[in-house]
Amino acid sequence: MTTYLEINKKQVNEEKWEEPFYLNMGPQHPSTHGVLRLFLELEGETIVNCTPIIGYLHRGVEKLAETLNYNQTIVLSDRLDYIASAANNTAFALAFEKLMGLEVPRRAKLLRTIVCEMARICNHLLWLATHALDIGAMTVFLYCFRDREWLLNIYEKICGARLTHTYVRIGGVRQDFTQEIIDELYKFTEEFPPRIYDYETLIDVNRIWLKRTKGIAVVSAEDAINLGLTGPVLRGSGVPYDVRKFRPYDAYGEVDFIVPTGKNGDTYDRYRVRMEELRQSNRIIRQCLDKLSETEGEPVLAENAPDLLIPEKVRKPEPKPVPKKGVIFKGEEVPVVPPGEAFASIESPKGELAVYVVSDGSGKPWRLRVRTPSFVHISAIPFMAKNHLIADLIAIIGTLDIVLGDSDR
Amino acid sequence: MEELLSELKEKFPTVIIEIQEKDYFTLICKRAGFLDLMKYLKDEKGFKYLIDLCGVDYLEYKYKNFKERFEVVYHLYNLDNKTLLRLKVRIPEEDCWHFSVTPLFRTANWFEREVYDMFGISFKGHPNLKRILMPDDWEGHPLRKDYPVYLEEEQEWKTYKELKEKIKEQS
Amino acid sequence: MGIEKDTIEIAPGIRQVPGTPVVISPIDKIINWARAGSMWPVTFGLACCAIEMMATGASHFDLDRYGIIFRATPRQADVLIVAGTVTKKMAPIVRRVYDQMPEPKYVIAMGSCACSGGIFKTYSVAQGADEFLPVDIYIPGCPPRPEALLFGLLNLQQKIKREAKRWGFWR
Repeated sequence: MTTYLEINKKQVNEEKWEEPFYLNMGPQHPSTHGVLRLFLELEGETIVNCTPIIGYLHRGVEKLAETLNYNQTIVLSDRLDYIASAANNTAFALAFEKLMGLEVPRRAKLLRTIVCEMARICNHLLWLATHALDIGAMTVFLYCFRDREWLLNIYEKICGARLTHTYVRIGGVRQDFTQEIIDELYKFTEEFPPRIYDYETLIDVNRIWLKRTKGIAVVSAEDAINLGLTGPVLRGSGVPYDVRKFRPYDAYGEVDFIVPTGKNGDTYDRYRVRMEELRQSNRIIRQCLDKLSETEGEPVLAENAPDLLIPEKVRKPEPKPVPKKGVIFKGEEVPVVPPGEAFASIESPKGELAVYVVSDGSGKPWRLRVRTPSFVHISAIPFMAKNHLIADLIAIIGTLDIVLGDSDR
Repeated sequence: MEELLSELKEKFPTVIIEIQEKDYFTLICKRAGFLDLMKYLKDEKGFKYLIDLCGVDYLEYKYKNFKERFEVVYHLYNLDNKTLLRLKVRIPEEDCWHFSVTPLFRTANWFEREVYDMFGISFKGHPNLKRILMPDDWEGHPLRKDYPVYLEEEQEWKTYKELKEKIKEQS
Repeated sequence: MGIEKDTIEIAPGIRQVPGTPVVISPIDKIINWARAGSMWPVTFGLACCAIEMMATGASHFDLDRYGIIFRATPRQADVLIVAGTVTKKMAPIVRRVYDQMPEPKYVIAMGSCACSGGIFKTYSVAQGADEFLPVDIYIPGCPPRPEALLFGLLNLQQKIKREAKRWGFWR
């Protein structure tokens, strides 16, 4: 890898380029994964400086959330990281539950863990598909979408939507799994590991793949922490930080899984980490499915979960005749949600997704802040892309696994 | 954790106003001397990872017991002993600036730009403080409480208005 | 008439003389027929709907069988699928991509956001792609299923086949 970089540099030095060459990449570019714009300063084909310009998908989710009630906010979370929306739902729900002091039933925790891990598999499959396609491997794209389609079908059976589920609710989940879904998931977990092996045989020893990923965008552990990188990108650099292990939420405390880490911190290591995570996610789903039979028939939504139709001026805390779900009460104004603040973070497939919510006692959040992994990862592109070729920039964008909806919010 | 807090209180009596115990320990800090506290936390106490940096607008907040309008909230994490610390700095509206922590944490670079974009709090010592999510010629700071959620016709962004007019002329 | 007896209809309004490479048809019909059979969209993903657009093009739904092949540059494309939320910052660029496309060109607004702004009635979102683009087909849904996109594309084919005097430079 170093060889032709050195040659390129040498040429640059000999010819003494008077002024740098500027190139604008994006927002309409097939390899920038959406509407990312990169302003490049080049010397020959080597990147001297790179300025990411974002905000082309800024929809004002944080502002909009201030005008909606807590349950409606979950719907917005689907549209942040639209590849793994179950994970976003969970992050929002966890923060709100902390604020409201809700205890989630165990079965709901298991179901959440299952959908989150399914989201991780979906995300990593899409990542592998697009990353490989960008680098030049077309077959992987078709293989990955085939399996992803299977998972999306299961999602559709669970909640009726393919991408934007809103399955995880405040205080639990929307509804229980049917036996059909459980059987289908068992079948999936059995057949999926050999398929991971399939993908690996396609690209693992492929010379083009190796040349384009090994030694590209090396990040040391210290730099990675300082840059705020999380998720597989950080673990590729050898730091075993995983929110699932460090601050366990849902049912992650009771399942057994390994946090894979890399050594060199290059693009290839991050690829290996993600492939291993696919296997671990599969294992987690399997364990949770086994545990589901222990909690047969238990509720999946907390007793005191807020109604789906929460009125603006909230219901009384304990109305005498116990109401059915969805009934609107006209009463005096009492805080539904205790005023205060809560911070919850989860390990989304892309990295650490943190939600910080401030409540003023009304039915709507006062301030909802979402710390999204893609935002931080894009900010690291200038550091990672320095002294690389333009072609490697595509590999770097791919390896960071960014989604612009996630970063711009 | 308690040890750390008492030590901090002893070492920075003028910076730390108050220590609250919420879902995580929260330090309310003063603006002056805040950088020293952050530097100490990062270099000596191992809080190397800045999870989040965000602004909050407390205009007409019901349960407010302070007079400043804005708050900048930091979430720091120690990867070795798994502790999370929340720091808050209150910033008055008329004197709307704060010290930048970008020299310490490179993550903060874009976070601070976002806070500047959304709340109009400027950061002293930031290498490249300009708007990040909104276009450069956007007016106002969207996440402030006195900014409308939806812009009516007359408040429309200039460039977009021109675009629409141009297309109307063409067709 | 003689034509109808001696020829066979291979597509609506297009008749072939059997055994010969001769086709008899009005020029409008034959050109529209060719256009409808090879709609090449730009790979231009904006948000959530782009993922469904990719899924439509991938193994399970397979757009290639309709002669629909994604092109990476607007200069080679006929169809612009506005897949996702168009923000005001993005609007001039979407318009520019449209302007770069050679005629004849068609626009499909995919998803609620591109149709009307969807759930995002905020300061930064353009309320529908039709504010600055001439949209031919609207596909509702958040996001629309791949089948819905296919249905939209087939509808566009029908629309193209019915067209007369819209782009006719040969007249």
